[in-house]
Amino acid sequence: MKQKPKLAVYWAASCGGCEIAVVNLHEKLLDVDAAMDFMFCPCLMDTKKKDIESLPDRAIAITLFNGALRTEENIEMAHLMRKKSQLLVAFGSCAKGGCIPALANFTKNNELLHSIYIDNHSVDNPAGIIPSGTTAFPEGDMQLTPLLERVKHLAQEVEVDYYIPGCPPEPHQIWNVIETFLAGELPSKGSTIGCGTLTVCDDCDRTKEEKRITAFRRNYEFYPEPEVCLLEQGLLCMGIATRNGCGAPCTKANMPCTGCYGAPEGVGDQGAKMVAALGSVMDIGDTAGLSEEVISERVNAFLTTIPDYSGLFYKYTLASSILGGRVGR
Amino acid sequence: MKDTVRFEPKIIGFLCHWCSYAGADKAGGIQGSYPHNVKIIRLMCSGRVDPLFVLSAFEKGADGVIILACHHGDCHYKEGNCRALQRHSMLSLMLAQLGIEKERCRLDYVSAGEGEKFKRLISEMVESVSILGALQLNL
Repeated sequence: MKQKPKLAVYWAASCGGCEIAVVNLHEKLLDVDAAMDFMFCPCLMDTKKKDIESLPDRAIAITLFNGALRTEENIEMAHLMRKKSQLLVAFGSCAKGGCIPALANFTKNNELLHSIYIDNHSVDNPAGIIPSGTTAFPEGDMQLTPLLERVKHLAQEVEVDYYIPGCPPEPHQIWNVIETFLAGELPSKGSTIGCGTLTVCDDCDRTKEEKRITAFRRNYEFYPEPEVCLLEQGLLCMGIATRNGCGAPCTKANMPCTGCYGAPEGVGDQGAKMVAALGSVMDIGDTAGLSEEVISERVNAFLTTIPDYSGLFYKYTLASSILGGRVGR
Repeated sequence: MKDTVRFEPKIIGFLCHWCSYAGADKAGGIQGSYPHNVKIIRLMCSGRVDPLFVLSAFEKGADGVIILACHHGDCHYKEGNCRALQRHSMLSLMLAQLGIEKERCRLDYVSAGEGEKFKRLISEMVESVSILGALQLNL
């Protein structure tokens, strides 16, 4: 019997949502199992690292690698999976652009650890212990893997063959990719697959008219109209600067797109594109006869509604953005 | 004698064709001198300045970026300069979060006749960025 191609799903710094998306293939998982040998996924099965190490190089046909690279252990696993896989796929927004873990790149590691273990209302830590280094136990020394100075996405460490965006990727798109792979019809290496090339607006069936926004509004402030473009209602919907292919489930549920599929094809920096787009739809009213200072103040007053533009616009792509995070940290 | 090497910042200037570029031309016309650190890129309108251009300039080694627009009411395309202001204001908030000082990305207004103002703005920009020093990215 011909051996089935091996499929692995590995997680680095991730939340497990990408594995949930794989499980959300539902009965299609049986088709995956029929066509492939799903042999490694720490979240779902008991294969160990040593089992992977004992495989010949390139023994795994395709590895869906999710999660950002936060620790030295993540780096080690990225190299191991690269070595053992014919195709390494950055699976999900963490592996593709850093996603939520990479928001740590707005700060320094010591500040980050301080916020988590010391200056945190829900933590009782009178001794001020910050976990790190080696701790002795009766069974032997336990060593915590050191944090990297900066969260990386997968391609910043190893060669990546394909990218599948999404937080998490939509199950129907995962299935599309697996079918395309089995048919031997994957596009040229380096492509972003399991998605479209346009923007989420293309998938969103809300009514879109001319955009003039007189104020930015936030989700908790009101119930948006169900049929009208959310951006036109003042919500900072990222659909205009986000790759399509998800089918716009968020806007269908009356929630603005937060940008998880990353920038559309050919766009370098999602955050910069959001600024470019919003800058041309803000309506600060008639400015005839006003001084430059007054106009500038009016623009700044308009912008105060949103407390964290960088965090909002780079929520999924900070590691792969042009600046990659806070400079000179 | 010991040589001390003065830091010469690299500044990219995005100038609108109709007002500010003409203003820079005017500065030349009146034989004015201003620091040589600025490399001017002419655009049809300051509204064409995509924040991506600013970030790309920083990525490629610029220490500062100055965007010069028409005065309000003078834009050849009616409101391109207003869009430039809106984008610049939002980008400034983001740059602050990303650790880039506001002096490194300025927006101001220069009309076709304001050669003197152009000279002054460039001199101010070069001076303030010289004080800050080179921009260090963690790329």
